[in-house]
Amino acid sequence: MKPLSLRCLRPVIKKEFRQIRRDARSLMFMIFLPAFMLLMFGYALNFDVKHIPLAVVDEDSSRTSRDLVDKFRTTEYFDLKAVLGKTREIDPLMGREAIRAALVIPPQFSEDLLAGRSPSVQVIVDGSNAMSGTTAAGYVGAILQSYSQRITLEALERRGLAGFAVPLSQEVRIWYNPELRSARFLVPGLMAFILMVIVTVSTAFSVVREKERGTMDQIRLSSISPLELILGKVIPYVVISLASAHLVLLLGEILFGVGIRGSYPLLLLAMALFLTGALGQGILISAVTRTQQVAFLIAVLTTLLPTFILSGFVFPIRNMPAAVQAITYLVPGRYFLAALRGIILKGVGFGAVWPQFLLLVGFAALSLGASAARLRLGDEERPRRRRRVR
Amino acid sequence: MPEYAVEVKALTKKFGDFTAVDAVSFAVERGRIFGFLGANGAGKSTTIRMLCGLLDPTSGTASVGGFDIRRQPEKVKRVIGYMSQRFSLYEDLTVVENIRFFGGAYGLTRKALDARLPWLLSMAGLEGRERSLTRTLSVGWKQRLALGCAVLHEPRIVFLDEPTGGVDPASRRRFWELINELSESGVTVFVTTHYLDEAEYCNDIRLIHAGRIVAGGSPQELKTTVIRNPILEVSSDRVIDAMEVLQREPWVLETSIFGTSLHVSVGDEAEGRRLVRERLEGEGIAVLRVDRIMPSLEDVFIHKIEEHGGAAGAGEERP
Repeated sequence: MKPLSLRCLRPVIKKEFRQIRRDARSLMFMIFLPAFMLLMFGYALNFDVKHIPLAVVDEDSSRTSRDLVDKFRTTEYFDLKAVLGKTREIDPLMGREAIRAALVIPPQFSEDLLAGRSPSVQVIVDGSNAMSGTTAAGYVGAILQSYSQRITLEALERRGLAGFAVPLSQEVRIWYNPELRSARFLVPGLMAFILMVIVTVSTAFSVVREKERGTMDQIRLSSISPLELILGKVIPYVVISLASAHLVLLLGEILFGVGIRGSYPLLLLAMALFLTGALGQGILISAVTRTQQVAFLIAVLTTLLPTFILSGFVFPIRNMPAAVQAITYLVPGRYFLAALRGIILKGVGFGAVWPQFLLLVGFAALSLGASAARLRLGDEERPRRRRRVR
Repeated sequence: MPEYAVEVKALTKKFGDFTAVDAVSFAVERGRIFGFLGANGAGKSTTIRMLCGLLDPTSGTASVGGFDIRRQPEKVKRVIGYMSQRFSLYEDLTVVENIRFFGGAYGLTRKALDARLPWLLSMAGLEGRERSLTRTLSVGWKQRLALGCAVLHEPRIVFLDEPTGGVDPASRRRFWELINELSESGVTVFVTTHYLDEAEYCNDIRLIHAGRIVAGGSPQELKTTVIRNPILEVSSDRVIDAMEVLQREPWVLETSIFGTSLHVSVGDEAEGRRLVRERLEGEGIAVLRVDRIMPSLEDVFIHKIEEHGGAAGAGEERP
């Protein structure tokens, strides 16, 4: 194998840049689509549950019950939409999604409470959206908990037991994303997702296009080695997709307040490694397919779903069944995402993310190596009948 | 220097059960124009691709420029130029950008490339169009540009795989002039075509049919040695009917239609002339002329293919 030579690499890089520049549509696709997708996903993919429409059925109508209802009125998690007289009025409201949760206070609520009996209140939550349903139930539980704690303390106080403390109090602090805003969690994931898809799809065309045009044969007969061809093709795309990644970072900071806590050079290295691997995957797809349509299909199938579902972008990997978790190890987006969240949100250093880096290096080496090997072999298939150029 | 520019021995290529090239052997003398003729799918491109190192042969050997195509493919690459029917240019690059890319790809220095550029532009007649996008060029221009790019590195041997497909007749003529110039400068030209008229420009020809070489020699040799029976050109008012009538006659060896006339191969010239007129006029077909003609390469080709038990179209469709 001949060593890499700059003299052979340069014409390929120049040619690729020129071709990309002439193909304005693809260039726009690569640079602006990621930013556009960030906007779409950033605002649409929102798991924050606030302003849950709530109805209350107060069958007690006492000062105490109204006091409890006020607790729901004053929090931003719920919007009190209706105070109903009867339980059966809940169903139609929830049916047309006018409310997502309902609280039913039974008739003898205050009486029971004063008598020292433990009354029950009924909480009804719309479970048709499991994610927001669970969250809503959690909020209702927390509010009721704190209310009943206060009642208990007041009761103790009345019996002369002032200063009695609740034996175990909890104080939860959430790190890295104190307000638990989804955007903070999603921006790094989006970067991984968008870059993987765009980069792989755009390079998947690159070799197969040359095969379709016949220029691949010409290159194989020139002094350019397969590795030089691949590097020459990858380098321009790395530059462009890095620019695109920076646009995403910038928008993440401006629109969603997701700043980079960790080291920027480390982040850049992570991006460069991941992009190189993704580009290698695109080229590998291009090297094994014969038409641009097939290449496109494979590129989309092997990037879109795995990166969306199996990288931990939206769904936490630790909640998946063991078999699915095992598959996630094959998704390079997983490592990139872990590294990104570490660097951007937690500000960790190389010491914390080196295993991810190592795996990304492996991914890049594997995809580029396999592409070069595949191109060296050439096509062993029968020549197709070619259409005549007219 | 090797005696032959290309030497092929029992070269075979199989794709699964299908034998595309079947134990082909031939040699190409240096500096000649060597024509490889055959219908689409006869095995022309497959042979050329093996010789260039784009495809591994199943068996057999070949040397190109004195280098073994299996053991020294890198050395073969350096002495050859290759151009395919697809003209393999980047349509989204300009004329000069294409030239510079291929120059760089062949490892030419900038200086060497600058020196070669004016020659290529004038050869292809592209002066003044250096900055045009290649996709805007006419087919004839693309064809000459592709040839220019294929010989940028001044190879000793050029392989042209159906270089004139889909090109208008004037451009084809001009292209053959370029091929002649290359040949005069000492370059060996190996060209495939299915245009039989183009074969006349070649010094040496091989006819390939269904993966096998069925005839070979200079155009003159082929025309005088392959077909020994006289061929009569019969002009009549109903050419199809005339052919149907004559095909039934035992003394008629072969018939084929050429435009508005009929070529009839007979055992004896004088006897043939007499019988043709007698039979056709007996059927009420007016015979305008009967002339003895020199067989064309097409006659030779059809004769050879029929001898090998297949119609001219047999190689057209692949299984």
